[in-house]
Amino acid sequence: MAEQAKVQDAKAADSGPRPIVPFLKLEPKPHLVGKKCGKCGATYLSPTRIACAQCLSKGPFSDATLPDHGKVHVFSVIHQSFPGIKTPYITAIIDLADGVSVRANVIDFSPEAAEKDPHSLFDLPVEMVTEVVGKDREGHDVVRFCYRPKK
Amino acid sequence: MRNVYVLGTGMIKFGRYPEKTVPELGGDAVLTALGDAGIGMDKVEFLACGNFGQANASYAQRILQTVGQTGIPAINVANACATGSTAFREAYLSVAAGLSDIAVAVGVEQMGKQGLLGGGGGGSDPAYSPEGKLGSGLMPAVFGQAGMEHMRKYGTTLAHMAKIAVKSHKHATKNPFAQYRTEVSLEDVVNARMVAYPNTLFMCCPTGDGAAAAVLVSEEKMKQLAGGRKRARVAASVLTTDPYTARDAALPDVSTLTRTAAKQAYEAAGIGPEDLSLTELHDCFASAELVHYENLYLCKEGEAGKFIDEGGGQHPGLGGKVPVNVSGGLLSKGHPIGATGVANICEVVWHLTQDERARERQVPNAKVGLAHVIGLASACTINILTV
Repeated sequence: MAEQAKVQDAKAADSGPRPIVPFLKLEPKPHLVGKKCGKCGATYLSPTRIACAQCLSKGPFSDATLPDHGKVHVFSVIHQSFPGIKTPYITAIIDLADGVSVRANVIDFSPEAAEKDPHSLFDLPVEMVTEVVGKDREGHDVVRFCYRPKK
Repeated sequence: MRNVYVLGTGMIKFGRYPEKTVPELGGDAVLTALGDAGIGMDKVEFLACGNFGQANASYAQRILQTVGQTGIPAINVANACATGSTAFREAYLSVAAGLSDIAVAVGVEQMGKQGLLGGGGGGSDPAYSPEGKLGSGLMPAVFGQAGMEHMRKYGTTLAHMAKIAVKSHKHATKNPFAQYRTEVSLEDVVNARMVAYPNTLFMCCPTGDGAAAAVLVSEEKMKQLAGGRKRARVAASVLTTDPYTARDAALPDVSTLTRTAAKQAYEAAGIGPEDLSLTELHDCFASAELVHYENLYLCKEGEAGKFIDEGGGQHPGLGGKVPVNVSGGLLSKGHPIGATGVANICEVVWHLTQDERARERQVPNAKVGLAHVIGLASACTINILTV
């Protein structure tokens, strides 16, 4: 039974959308997962860790679900990017509520307003949302996470 | 460790040389440095070559094949933007440790019009490339945000950073080795096309081609070969990496490793920041120069904006104080990655030895100079030279 369920899960995952990075999980609802050091609490966004770069221990490491909200630490407004990337857009460092930081786009906030009054964006409370940003070579929707001002 | 001196230096004007090969560019700088030192390749016992973009191309050996295959040990160095300065440090260490009496460091890069460095990842399927979709990992974004941390904490403005660009572009008008020698006004800088806030086009360094070389020797060799000419001593040569911070995965910390390196270098050289006659620091972006004023302790914490407003960083000939990047800096001199770290040491040496190559922009009575480079992610070098 369990075997059958696994096969079905694999099939569902195979035809469904894919996260743009391994630390974004789409089920049961979109969330970020970090690897947390059991000794010092340092949390990494890589899916595996062999040692802790902060406390130098070998862990153990466990999965930690990261909060879906945080505050803007700093940002930049990008006007020149790779082909296919629409500019201008806001890139930001989001300090999540548990002390982990991630890099992401901020949406639903005017890049022009951010440049005019940068201090309006510092410390702004934001929440995570996901969006489809394209299709991969196998035809799967590719999903990113980004942040918008908290409602 | 033994005392080490810079006996000779060589640098080509930074620019674009599509018709030349990398070994020719690097070899040109090596031969100029050897000519300046008054020796030939036959006297060189070790060579370190810095090149980043083609780190697997064995340019150390190919430069030897261009200027002299004497069979000496040679190494290829890649350390991001600190590539050239790390090659310099390897040559320094070879002489300081007594493994060689005469060593050459050369940095060379041919970038052409390549732009927007960084932002990799995602594997072979471009749909998974995170650039622009999970924020930006490109250099303009990273160093822009380093400046934004200062803005956030201390209320610094885009205008403060723009003034740095005005200053450095003005300095470059006196440097025949600079890629760009055009003066720009504050209005020009502020109104230029925005690349990544807060840095406009004139606040970003260009890419390009370049080469620089230095001949490092023991004290004994310096006395034999300098012919009474004043030569600069390497008073400190420090290399650091970035310690862990909780924001590492999101934003590289360009400050802590510079502060660590600065403290180590000042201690090794037995001087303080107030003793510096000039500083060449890593202004890949104007926002980067701003934070490095404080990281190198050229001004007090939080006072970089005030420092700029009061003429800090400007050549004394322009009425400024604490001269920074009198060469024009990376912003106008250029930043051919592997060459940068050796070139800023050349600049410091030229001022300390009243070399004619610094004539138009000579800092008066220069006795102590500092050359700083930071590369992501992350390496920082600081070399302090004295006469």
